[in-house]
Amino acid sequence: MSAGRPGQRARWRPGAVDWLLLVGLAVFAGYVYYQLRHVLVYRWDWQSVLQFFAYRDEAGEWQQNLLLAGLEATLRIAIFSAILSLVLGLVLALMRVSSRLWPRMVARTYVELVRNTPPLVFLFIFYFFISAQLFPVLGIDRVIAALAESDSALVLWLLGDPRLVENLVVGILCLSCFEAAYVSEVLRAGIESVGKDQREGALAVGLTGTQTMWHVVLPQAVRIVIPALVGQLITLVKDTSIMSIISIQELAFSAQEVAVSTDRVFEVWILVALIYFVICYALSALSRRLELRRAVGR
Amino acid sequence: MVDAVSPDRPLAVELRGVCKWYDEFQALKDIDLQVRQGERTVVCGPSGSGKSTMIRCINRLEEHHGGEIRINGESVELYEARPHLIRQRVGMVFQQFNLFSHMTVVENCCLGPIKALKLGRAEARERAMHYLEKVRIPEQADKYPSQLSGGQQQRVAIARALCMSPQIMLFDEPTSALDPEMIQEVLEAMIALAEDGMTMICVTHEMGFARTVADSVVFMDRGEIVEQAPPSEFFTAPRSERTRAFLDKIL
Repeated sequence: MSAGRPGQRARWRPGAVDWLLLVGLAVFAGYVYYQLRHVLVYRWDWQSVLQFFAYRDEAGEWQQNLLLAGLEATLRIAIFSAILSLVLGLVLALMRVSSRLWPRMVARTYVELVRNTPPLVFLFIFYFFISAQLFPVLGIDRVIAALAESDSALVLWLLGDPRLVENLVVGILCLSCFEAAYVSEVLRAGIESVGKDQREGALAVGLTGTQTMWHVVLPQAVRIVIPALVGQLITLVKDTSIMSIISIQELAFSAQEVAVSTDRVFEVWILVALIYFVICYALSALSRRLELRRAVGR
Repeated sequence: MVDAVSPDRPLAVELRGVCKWYDEFQALKDIDLQVRQGERTVVCGPSGSGKSTMIRCINRLEEHHGGEIRINGESVELYEARPHLIRQRVGMVFQQFNLFSHMTVVENCCLGPIKALKLGRAEARERAMHYLEKVRIPEQADKYPSQLSGGQQQRVAIARALCMSPQIMLFDEPTSALDPEMIQEVLEAMIALAEDGMTMICVTHEMGFARTVADSVVFMDRGEIVEQAPPSEFFTAPRSERTRAFLDKIL
């Protein structure tokens, strides 16, 4: 190894292990190609799948089809859930570091319950019991109905197809309640990693406990856990696909429909996987840039 | 030299029979201490003797378990639910500076005045710059604490505390975490403060500072006040054996 000049990356020279890996990869790729080409004799048909993104109607206008509508719903669910789970997660985190016993206990119980059940099971419970029983009691179903009937451009822009608003809102609430538990753990770790000296410094200049948390502890805590929060956001995007199980009409749900109706299983799922990958990879690239900037500044 | 304080001044801080326990360990035993307005008291003693605990009880960063603490004649018990009201009048400087690392120097100084005293931004900034000039560090106002030396950080911490216009200042070993060459600049800021007539309680091992500035020196050991005397007496004719042993070690 020669020491590179500062600011210049050392040139990569492949060693024996690298060559071995490379050969292994090439053999594997060849095997897959051979299987597809000569054993399965699968006839790829991307065209019939692509038309489920968008097609031209009789008038020659482009129309959005199932998969694109599903992607739109996925993005809506992801964005709204990200915001809502951040808010809920913050509330839970603050409860967990509270000096009073009962908020700590309530939050702890909730977080442990959510984190120690499979997402799918939580989803069923939440969907069938809570949303079916609790929403009418709290009047949330009336809010949803009002939103669905509203013809305001803003609601339309935010929530999309009025016929699917209820479907979408239930999906958002389910996912948020679920992800909030994880977000709260991330935030709590951040809050606890801010030193006692910072807290005491703020108290000593006459701030109340709440002001200390809000102006001194939280800003530093959030800064510390931003990479972990972005990681959680990526998980959230992927977890939207679980919503298909309760018939929330997002990307994975549409994909299933298209896969069944066209029989092009490989094409559909490869395309859908690619879409999820692009979204999540973009987010993690963003996170790396944020970290890099953090490392440079101060 | 700082003028002596006349004994008819009202009491700024009064501790009577103050006790504190950490589980089984008694950190403070029957502490009696009186500090008059404008008086400078230096507290010294071996580590673990309860010096820090005592002054942290005064501004309620710690709770005491027995006896009474009065600030300007008012018992701190009256403020049990609102200790921030005490801390707005009793400033504190820490050994490790405790500056807010996500804020610039001037933001550090403005936070208390804006949030606790509800001052406007411009007024708070003006006040911050005034005290930063007082500790002779105004040119660093827009830097972050991590960009400053230890001595500079501690001077910022002093300015930050002064921005709340406190009536009493507590110093918890303000020079112990500093490199030797930076101790003087911090002591100078503290001396200037003393000359302005601030009521000060300083936990410190800087005996030169005690000699020149203090009206009274308190020696603590194992949670008790062993001896309290004016510096002239304290350093030349200590009454207690324990005080003598301590002075022999550090002088």
